[in-house]
Amino acid sequence: MMQQAKSLFLLLAGLAVTGSSRAAWEVNMTEGVTAVSRNIYGLHMTILIICVVIGLIVFGVMFYSIFKHRKSKGAVPHQFHESTLVEIVWTSIPFLILVLMAIPATKTLVDIYNTDEADIDIKITGYQWKWQYEYVGEDVSFFSNLSTPREQILNVREKNPNYLLEVDEPLVIPVGKKVRFLVTAADVIHSWWVPALAVKRDAIPGFINEAWTNIEVPGTYRGQCAELCGKDHGYMPIVVEAKSQEDYDAWLEAKKVEAEKERELTDKTWTMEELMARGEQAYNKACAVCHQPNGAGMPPIFPALKGSPMATEADQIGAHVDIVMNGKKGSAMQAFAGQLNEVDLAAVITYERNAWGNNTGEMVTPKEIVEYKKTGKYVEDPAKQAMPDNKQVSL
Amino acid sequence: MTSVTDTASSHEHDEHHHGPAKGLMRWVLTTNHKDIGSMYLWFSFIMFLTGGAMAMIIRAELFQPGLQIVEPAFFNQMTTMHGLIMVFGAVMPAFVGLANWMIPMMIGAPDMAMPRMNNWSFWILPFAAVMLVSTLFMEGGGPNFGWTFYAPLSTDYAPPSTTFFIFAIHMLGVSSIMGAINIIATILNLRAPGMTMMKMPLFVWTWLITAYLLIAVMPVLAGAVTMMLMDIHFGTSFFNAGGGGDPVLFQHIFWFFGHPEVYIMILPSFGIVSAIIPAFARKHLFGYTSMVYATASIAFLSFIVWAHHMFTVGIPLIGELFFMYATMLIAVPTGVKVFNWVTTMFRGSMTFETPMLFSTAFVVLFTIGGFSGLMLSIAPADFQYHDTYFVVAHFHYVLVPGAIFAIFAACYYWLPKWTGHMYDETLAKVHFWMSFIGMNLTFFPMHFVGLAGMPRRIPDYALQFANFNEISSIGGFLFGTTQLLFLFIVIKCIRGGEKAEAKPWEGAEGLEWSVPSPAPYHTFTTPPDVK
Amino acid sequence: MSEQDREEKPEAIERSTRRTVIRSILVACGMFAFGFAMVPLYNVFCQVTGLNGKTDPDPYMYKAAEAKVDTSRDIKVQFVATKNAGMSWDFSPSTPQVTVHPGEPGLLNFVAKNPTDKRMVGQAIPSVTPFEATNFLHKVECFCFTTQTLEPGEEKVMPLRIIVDQELPKHIKKLTLSYTLFDVTHMN
Repeated sequence: MMQQAKSLFLLLAGLAVTGSSRAAWEVNMTEGVTAVSRNIYGLHMTILIICVVIGLIVFGVMFYSIFKHRKSKGAVPHQFHESTLVEIVWTSIPFLILVLMAIPATKTLVDIYNTDEADIDIKITGYQWKWQYEYVGEDVSFFSNLSTPREQILNVREKNPNYLLEVDEPLVIPVGKKVRFLVTAADVIHSWWVPALAVKRDAIPGFINEAWTNIEVPGTYRGQCAELCGKDHGYMPIVVEAKSQEDYDAWLEAKKVEAEKERELTDKTWTMEELMARGEQAYNKACAVCHQPNGAGMPPIFPALKGSPMATEADQIGAHVDIVMNGKKGSAMQAFAGQLNEVDLAAVITYERNAWGNNTGEMVTPKEIVEYKKTGKYVEDPAKQAMPDNKQVSL
Repeated sequence: MTSVTDTASSHEHDEHHHGPAKGLMRWVLTTNHKDIGSMYLWFSFIMFLTGGAMAMIIRAELFQPGLQIVEPAFFNQMTTMHGLIMVFGAVMPAFVGLANWMIPMMIGAPDMAMPRMNNWSFWILPFAAVMLVSTLFMEGGGPNFGWTFYAPLSTDYAPPSTTFFIFAIHMLGVSSIMGAINIIATILNLRAPGMTMMKMPLFVWTWLITAYLLIAVMPVLAGAVTMMLMDIHFGTSFFNAGGGGDPVLFQHIFWFFGHPEVYIMILPSFGIVSAIIPAFARKHLFGYTSMVYATASIAFLSFIVWAHHMFTVGIPLIGELFFMYATMLIAVPTGVKVFNWVTTMFRGSMTFETPMLFSTAFVVLFTIGGFSGLMLSIAPADFQYHDTYFVVAHFHYVLVPGAIFAIFAACYYWLPKWTGHMYDETLAKVHFWMSFIGMNLTFFPMHFVGLAGMPRRIPDYALQFANFNEISSIGGFLFGTTQLLFLFIVIKCIRGGEKAEAKPWEGAEGLEWSVPSPAPYHTFTTPPDVK
Repeated sequence: MSEQDREEKPEAIERSTRRTVIRSILVACGMFAFGFAMVPLYNVFCQVTGLNGKTDPDPYMYKAAEAKVDTSRDIKVQFVATKNAGMSWDFSPSTPQVTVHPGEPGLLNFVAKNPTDKRMVGQAIPSVTPFEATNFLHKVECFCFTTQTLEPGEEKVMPLRIIVDQELPKHIKKLTLSYTLFDVTHMN
């Protein structure tokens, strides 16, 4: 029935699939991969068909009159202009149709609101302009950023098939399990939306919202932020990978091992080159969206780092660490202490102090960041590798 | 009625100092409803072109995926300003302009009830508009948080120019409220003897209800922006969760204003179309009484459906259900209106001059917008539609053919009365068909990309949306450039053309056709007798 | 309109016009006030319905001493913590979840640390899901009742005592209590 409805819709839309890419001419809502998404698709098609049928009748009468009852065809106007009976009829019939429509809609809505008996809880936090996923009770937490290279956005390079719908770390969930999402935000309002799951929930700072899904088919499902959240609202996609239970367990385990390895890296002694290489990566992921890959920023809202006193003057190094760690109140600068690990924080600050001609030669180490987190003060570690030729580290 | 006309015109000749003053001061100081109506209409047309130019920038950026023309930050300013200017600068003032011109003539009043206040209500507008547009040139740019300006994006995270945006909204609000009070006072007190409420033309009825909506909700908007102002500058926490406020509260207040607001932008259109369709079908409007009641019920329902804009915000199930049912209910009175118009056409004797073409297109396309509105009212389905291009398609289908086409229809219908000349029918038909094609080409594909998953308010999009966006942009450019033709037609009509009779349309009804064309500077200084 | 026309306007019309205008202005002013009245109205509405998971601000409304423990049910209460983007404190619950019987107090700690070199004031904003359960989760003792001030580098263990109401609807077996920590230093 729904399949027929779909083809009918395609026919009505008058769109034979002609282009090279089928997806590019997609005209309808996805049926999705969950029971809820299929119910919603069913509601959508039902109401659409009701509208089309009513439309055909009303416009049918109208166009019949337009062609038949023309002055040029000698039509003489009739003078009827009131009929209580007719008014009552066309008030009650639409009303009955609406009542019939409200029943399945109510059922689906009740189902959507039932978050009981969830197997897994995942907290989703919206940030300008990325998502954080925390597996509640599992000690697994990570950020998910857009991974489409900037060159593609600026039309320098050819675009991937998943242009703007790809992330560095997707959300991974098992199939066949009821997964509950706890949705919130850390700055402005965002909205977490994956069409294939028919889940769209606003992420509101200070409040926690709920949604749930139960994916039937393993696969990769893509979505986007659906609430205007500032400059890069269009650049914070969502990717969900649904895996079998075994694959999911293995992934979760690997994630924990990886986190442990990252922690160990803090104790390692880092060289300037290593920090710069890692810093560039971390910078492009976390900072470049505002301060731009070339450090020029977008003044006045996003100040330039290139040549700025804070990133170049030796006595400002403490302030530099402070602003990266703790953000700046009343500005768009977030506190990154909770978003990046110690290694990335050290690497980013080192990178900012040495890239784009900011060649200070100064290095901030992960150990110093660890110390800073304990004391709230930046104290230079005298034991850190001396860099006599530091001016030569230029990029 | 003929004698009335004579009195009006002889009055004009006897006391020539009652005619318009000369020069610029005529327009600055005028208290004449016709002058003020014309100024409103010109102002709204300038705003229409300004907002339209912004739409062209938006469509140019969206012509292809990737960033080509503007930065995302500027793109957001364009979408925000396009919405604000079209709503507060183009559509609302155009309707007030039509009300100024036509309501006194339709009810047999000599002028508006408070002519001097009328002058102020208009002259606030250009200043508000300049202030609003000037924010684009301020440091940090203009408002970039969408025309719905949800907190905290519009408070804690807003550019410094937001303060000026707030003042501009206040001024626009004051202007609308004064205009609305004037219209209410005129309709309730200055009707000619015999012009009972249930004899008033529907345009007057719909405007009366609209004016009540305006005085009910514009102050709420003023309250909302005042709270924003206090949050930004005075350390209050109305919308800041950290201080005990609630960002969702902003949305409730905004949409308590916002939903009646969308009816403010459509009810006068209902009135216009209800005047034009009978005129060109040469047949009385079917179901006048039910039209009045339907308008009133729509206005009433508009106050209890606001949270349907917030289905994904996370309101409790019971609230969700209430707002879903109430919203679905709006389809009933709206349906009654459409059925009445179609039945008016049925067995009429129709001709299709430009006003009728626009009105017919209004009925068809507004109904399509109504259908998508009905779809959006189904809360579970709205989880998929919300904040996608499907919504953009929906509200452009109700606003462009709804409000804008009705305004065009009204202009063509009454231009002979205003200018004393017939407009160029051939050019006007070209204007209609190009607008019709352009509009559908722009907005119909938006239904598809929206259903396929394209969020609104994004400067760049995934590749699967590329084809339809390209079509939309082409349609947008066509629609946009066509409007320059309208300007040409109107100027041509003002400067000359075939002389218009007092009643140029065979089937037209109403007092406005009893005065000569062009309408004398003062009409109905002695009230006509309405039978 | 000229002065002469104005004089011609019968006085009765003048009077009724004035009445209409005054009434309309009163309506407009009333609606402006109503806009502001929506703030307290909304808060009352939220508390009654549990909308937005806004929790009962008055802990004394619930008489913990009178509560009888309903041992037939186990309720899981989850705790999640979010730091607003501008907030640099460490902030987390000592345990992600406790299981309690309705009527039985659950006790746990949240730990906050100010890693900066400035004195800072924080405010935790609670929120509960599912909404339906909001009015059935009572916080007997909570750090969210007041702002919290931390000196540079200070770490604070903040106790939280909750009781789940026996009236909690039967189908709810798991609650989530979320805290978002905001920096309110500038407001104090």
